[in-house]
This record gives sequence, structure tokens and C-alpha cells, in this order.
Amino acid sequence: MTKAELVEKVAGKINLTKKQTEVIVNTVFQSITESLSQGKKVELRGFGSFRIRDRNARMGRNPKSGDKVAVPAKRVPFFKAGKELRELVDSEDS
Amino acid sequence: MTETVVKADIIEEVYQKVGFTRQEAVQAVEIVFDEMKSVLGKGENLRIVGFASFNLRSKAERVARNPKTGEPVRIKPRKVLTFKPSKQLLEKTNRLPYEPVHT
Repeated sequence: MTKAELVEKVAGKINLTKKQTEVIVNTVFQSITESLSQGKKVELRGFGSFRIRDRNARMGRNPKSGDKVAVPAKRVPFFKAGKELRELVDSEDS
Repeated sequence: MTETVVKADIIEEVYQKVGFTRQEAVQAVEIVFDEMKSVLGKGENLRIVGFASFNLRSKAERVARNPKTGEPVRIKPRKVLTFKPSKQLLEKTNRLPYEPVHT
């Protein structure tokens, strides 16, 4: 499912236009993005949590040429599904 | 200590930005996450452009060990959720150092 399809699905369940729903959906993801970029953790009950993980600098290799390349330290977003979601995706009927 | 943002904070932001009643904002945000859950629960991948993809992967059965007793344990085949951040999200979160937060 894409974001556009999600918007359509949500709009069908509340009395809002697709346009209004799109603004809401965008705001939700912008809000999560913004919090993460400020180093904050986002915890959503029943869904999961988003946080930032630090990756150390390391020496990598160019898989094509085999040359050594320095990979700088970075911060990456990380998602951990909550118990409810974890069980839901592993349930029999899915 | 890392500051934690919860659903209520996201609802507040939607409320401030979109200008519905607070009740409507609560309902809308709940439905967004419920819908995401329901899609993933049906075994469908979810791609939010500019944010991330939530993909389902089937894991084969394997034999692992109980680290305490050393006994082999069978791990049943299962489905797990993987998270793949979009390029845009990676760029936005990879700020070194964090910019100070003014609230």
C-alpha cells in the first residue's frame, strides 16, 4: 500500500476530504521525522517506537573494485514494532 | 535522557496545524495508525513516500540454542516486520551534532 492509498482508506473512515486527510497523514509523518531529527524518541502504543541509532565510523569496501573506503559515523532512524503489531503480522490469517 | 514523544504530542501537532477540533484530531490520528496496522496485519507492505517502507519478511524455520542451558530449540517459521527509512528521512536524521532544541 502506498501513502495515497492509505490517505484514501483513512478518508473513507472519517468525514473528511482526501485533501484534508492528506494534510493529516503528512503532518503525522513530518512530526515523527522532526522529532527524530532532534534526537527524540517516538513511542506509539500498540504500534511501535522510532528512535535514532548511532553508527560508528568504519572501514568499508567498494564491492565492485574491492578498494577500502572510509564510512563516516552516522545517525540512522530505527523502528521497533510493538508487541501488538509484532503478533499481528505473524498471525495465522496474514 | 532522551526526550520521548508520544501519540498525544502528534495529535497536538495535527490539531495545531490543521485546525479541527481536538476530538477530530484524536480520531484522525488513531485511524491513521489503525489503518497502518490493519494493512500490515493483512500481509501487505506499506510504503510512505518521503518517510519509510514497512516490509514484511518471512523467516524460515531454524534451530537455535537456549543460551542458558545450551539446549537446541526449534524456532518456527514466522513473519517479521522490517523498516527501511527513505533517503529523505536518512538525510534529515543524520545531523551531526543534533541541533539544539528550543521549545
